Amino acid sequence: MAETSTHTRAKRTAKLSAGRLYQNRWMLAAGVIAVLAMHVAGYRSVPFTAMVIGALALFALVAPRTPAARRLADEAARTERSPLDRLSGEKLAAAVADPLIIFDRDGMVVHANEAAQSAFGAIPPDLPLLLKFRAPEMQSLIEAVLGGEGNGHATDYVERVPFERVYRVTGSAVGRGTGLFVLAFRDQSEARRIDRMRADFIANASHELRTPLASIAGFVETLRGPARNDPNARDQFLQIMQNQTGRMARLIDDLLSLSRLEMKPYLKPGARVDLRQTVEAVIASLAPLAAETGVVVERDFAEGPFEVHGDRDELFQVVQNLLENACKYGQSGGRVIVSMRRTVGEGEPEVEVSVRDFGPGIPAEHIPRVTERFYRVDVETSRAHKGTGLGLSIVKHILSRHNGRLSIKSELGQGSAFTVHLPLR
Amino acid sequence: MQSVHIVSAYDEELKFLARKIAAMGGQAERMVDQAVAALVNGDPELGQRVIADDAQLDDAEREIDDKAILIIARRQPMAKDLREVIGAIRISADLERVGDLGKNIAKRVSAVAEGRQPNSLFRGLQALAELALTQLKEVLDVYASRSVEKIGFVRDRDEQIDAMYTSLFRELLTYMMEDPRNITPCTHLLFVAKNIERIGDHATNIAETIYYIVTGEQMPPERPKEDESHRVTVSGGANPA
Repeated sequence: MAETSTHTRAKRTAKLSAGRLYQNRWMLAAGVIAVLAMHVAGYRSVPFTAMVIGALALFALVAPRTPAARRLADEAARTERSPLDRLSGEKLAAAVADPLIIFDRDGMVVHANEAAQSAFGAIPPDLPLLLKFRAPEMQSLIEAVLGGEGNGHATDYVERVPFERVYRVTGSAVGRGTGLFVLAFRDQSEARRIDRMRADFIANASHELRTPLASIAGFVETLRGPARNDPNARDQFLQIMQNQTGRMARLIDDLLSLSRLEMKPYLKPGARVDLRQTVEAVIASLAPLAAETGVVVERDFAEGPFEVHGDRDELFQVVQNLLENACKYGQSGGRVIVSMRRTVGEGEPEVEVSVRDFGPGIPAEHIPRVTERFYRVDVETSRAHKGTGLGLSIVKHILSRHNGRLSIKSELGQGSAFTVHLPLR
Repeated sequence: MQSVHIVSAYDEELKFLARKIAAMGGQAERMVDQAVAALVNGDPELGQRVIADDAQLDDAEREIDDKAILIIARRQPMAKDLREVIGAIRISADLERVGDLGKNIAKRVSAVAEGRQPNSLFRGLQALAELALTQLKEVLDVYASRSVEKIGFVRDRDEQIDAMYTSLFRELLTYMMEDPRNITPCTHLLFVAKNIERIGDHATNIAETIYYIVTGEQMPPERPKEDESHRVTVSGGANPA
C-alpha cells in the first residue's frame, strides 16, 4: 500500500515539472533567442538591439497570458473531477437516510443501503427485485423503469406486516447508459399512522371509557337523590367513584404510551441496553407491589453481561408489565421466578428473559389472543387488579420494534411463563 | 436459477416463471389484505374490487401452466430446472387457491356488514389475518432469496395460526349462544376465519415446495398438529368469556 503511494507520488511530481516546463516554453525560447541574437549581433547597430528588446517585451506580454488561462482551466477541471469521481455509489447510498436500492437492467439488486436493509429485511446483491417487491404497483413501477419509460416515475407502496408502513417510491435510471437504476423510498407512514391512531382511539377508547363513566354518573345521581342523607352509603359510593376515575386515568396512560410507540416504529441504531441492570431496576421498583401481594421474587440469572440493542425505557416497560402481571395474577403461587439466559433460537443467538409465576395459569384457548388490545382472560379478575387490557399489547409492540418476540407457556393449575426473546447482536 | 444455460432463451423462460410467481404472490397478498380490510371496515365496494381481481390471478395461473408445459416439452429440463418448473406449477396452484379464499372472504362482506357487529369480533380476525399474511409474505421472501435454512419458522407460525383459529372458533360459538340473532353474522365470520386459516396452510405448502426446489429433498414430515376446533364444544351452561 505504502509502496504504491510513493510510486504514484513520484509519477505525479514528474508530470507536474514537465507541465511547468511546457507552460514556460515560450519564455524559455525567448531567452534563448535573445542570447543568440546578442551573440551574433554583439557589434551591430543600436536599432537592432532595440528591436530584440521590443520582441522580448512582446513575448513577455503574450507568453504569461496563455499559461494563466490554461492553469485556471486546469484547476477548474480538477475540482470538477476529483471529489465526485472518487466518491463510490455505495458510500453515497450509505449516507442517505432513506431506503435506497440500486439495481441493474436485469432487475437484479446491485446494492441496497443500510436503511433499506433495516426496513425490508436482508436484501443481498443479485436478488431479483421483482421477487422481493411483489405488490402489483411496485411490479409495474419496476417494469416501467427497466423498460426505459417512466423515468422519475413514482408510486405509493404499503407494507402491512409486521407493522404498517407507507412509502413514496421513485424509480429512475442512474445517469445515461450506465445500465443502473435506483429505487428511492420516502417514508410517509407518519401521516397515515396519525389517521389510523385517531380512528383506533375513537373505536377502542370510547368503549372502554364509557363503562367507568356510566358507573360514576350513576353514583352521582344516587348521591344527589336517594342516598343524600346516608353517610355510610355516601362513603362507599365515593370510594367506588374514586376507583373508577383511577381506572380511567390508567387507561388513558396506557393508551397514550401505546400511541407513542406506534408513532415511532423505528429504533435509533446504536443504542445499547444492559438487560441485567434493567431487570434489577424493575424488580427494585416493583418491590412494594410484590410485598403488597405477598409474592417473593426470585432471580435466576446466568453469568456474564446481557447487552442488547434497544431502548432502555421501552425494555424496562416490557419487563415491568410482565412482572406486574405475574405478581397480580400469579399471586396465589406465592413466588415469581425471573430468569435470564443466552440461547440460540432460530439459528441466531438471543437473550431470553423469562418471568414465571405459579398462579392458576391461562386456559390454552386464550393464550394466542392475550396480546390483543383489551382482550382479557377474565374480565372480573382483570378489573379487580386494576388491569387495562393493554399491558401485553404494549409488550408485544415494543418487542416487535426490537426484532424480538414473546412466547407464552402456561398450564392450568401450574402457572404461566412469559418469555421475551431478544436478538443478541 | 443461478445456473447459466447455453441457450439464453431457456434462462429467460425460467426467470419469467419466477417473476410471474412473484407477481401472483403480490396479487394474492393484496387480495387477502383488502378482503379483510373490507370486512372489518364494512366496505362492500372494496369487496367487489377484490372479487373482480381474482380473474387476474386465474389468468396468471393458466399462463404459468402453459409456460411450464412448453418449457418441459421444448427444453426437457433436468434436476434443479425440472424442480423449478414443477415447483412453479405447484406454487401457482396454491396461490390461486389463496386468491379464491380471499375472494370468498370478500363475498361475505355485505352479509356481515348488514348489522354492525361489535368491534371485538373483528379484532381477533384481524390478528389472525395478520399472522397468515406474515406467513405468506415470509414464505414468498424465501422464494426470492432461496435461503431455505430459515424455513423452520413456517411451522411455528402455522401452529400459532391454528391455535388462534381454535380460540376464535370458541369465541364465535359463545356469541352465537348468547343471542340467536348473532348466528348469521357469526357463521359468516366462522367461514372467514376458516378461510384465513386455510391461507396459512397454503403458505406452508408453498414453503414445502420451495424447500423441495432448492434442496431436492422433501421437508421432514413433521406436520404440526391440526387445529383443534373439531374438539371444541360449548356446553349449554358455559359462561361467556
